[in-house]
Amino acid sequence: MPSLFATTREYSGITLVDLSGRISLGDGSALLRKTVRDLLDEGRTKIILNLGDVNYIDSSGIGELVSGFTAVRNRGGELKLLNLTKKVHDLLQITKLFTVFDVFNDESMAMRSFD
Amino acid sequence: MAAETKHLEVTLDTHVESVNLAEEMCVRVAEAAGFNEDECYRIGMSVREGVINAFHYGNQEKPEKKIHLAIELTEERMIIHVLDEGKGFHLTDVPDPLAQENLLSTSGRGIFLMKAFMDEFDVHPGKTGGAELVMAKRLPGLGSPHSNGNGSASNSGAPHQEA
Repeated sequence: MPSLFATTREYSGITLVDLSGRISLGDGSALLRKTVRDLLDEGRTKIILNLGDVNYIDSSGIGELVSGFTAVRNRGGELKLLNLTKKVHDLLQITKLFTVFDVFNDESMAMRSFD
Repeated sequence: MAAETKHLEVTLDTHVESVNLAEEMCVRVAEAAGFNEDECYRIGMSVREGVINAFHYGNQEKPEKKIHLAIELTEERMIIHVLDEGKGFHLTDVPDPLAQENLLSTSGRGIFLMKAFMDEFDVHPGKTGGAELVMAKRLPGLGSPHSNGNGSASNSGAPHQEA
């Protein structure tokens, strides 16, 4: 059974990716990488990752989030994070990645931040 | 009479699945030892990162090499050893993942997380080569005067990249 599931929604040129499961070494990290790369290949560069149902991220998953952030930025876009669980929030805090990512708790606010 | 130490050792293949297996085994031992859910998560994550380090950096994903995992339960601590068959490394050579120039690195946070989540962490040369990661957490109810296992790292580090 896959450790991570991803579904995408699009509103007004902004793509929301709803993720659920684990972003960890193996298929979880690989799916996140493929999802972001596929969106970029389709020219979608305003991306919000909804992590509300992601209950676990390891260092490989953190690396993949950073990789996605950089890849989107290199295409002139932005990748933002939505609905962090406490564990993911704490991980981003201790690794200082809160200073890197735009993080939101409200979907509409995350959408408006692209205006 | 000396207190009994419980000891469990397994040899793992250099394979992604070994990472999950090691994590699950150590979490089960931690649960049985009385650690709460948060502490089990931190122990599991630390073991996971240790085995990822052995799998990726130590053994360089070579299937003929093995990863040796040992768990000790003493009266005071749960101690975990992760030994690889690589070239070994020194903690002082590990870059700081919190340094501004490393924040956007896509790797290099595993050792930092182990230090953050466990009460004790160190790296020794393996007796027959490789690196042996040793990490420990005090058992629940014994206090933790030097603990940094509350999710905030008192020092920094990153997974080693052997030359």
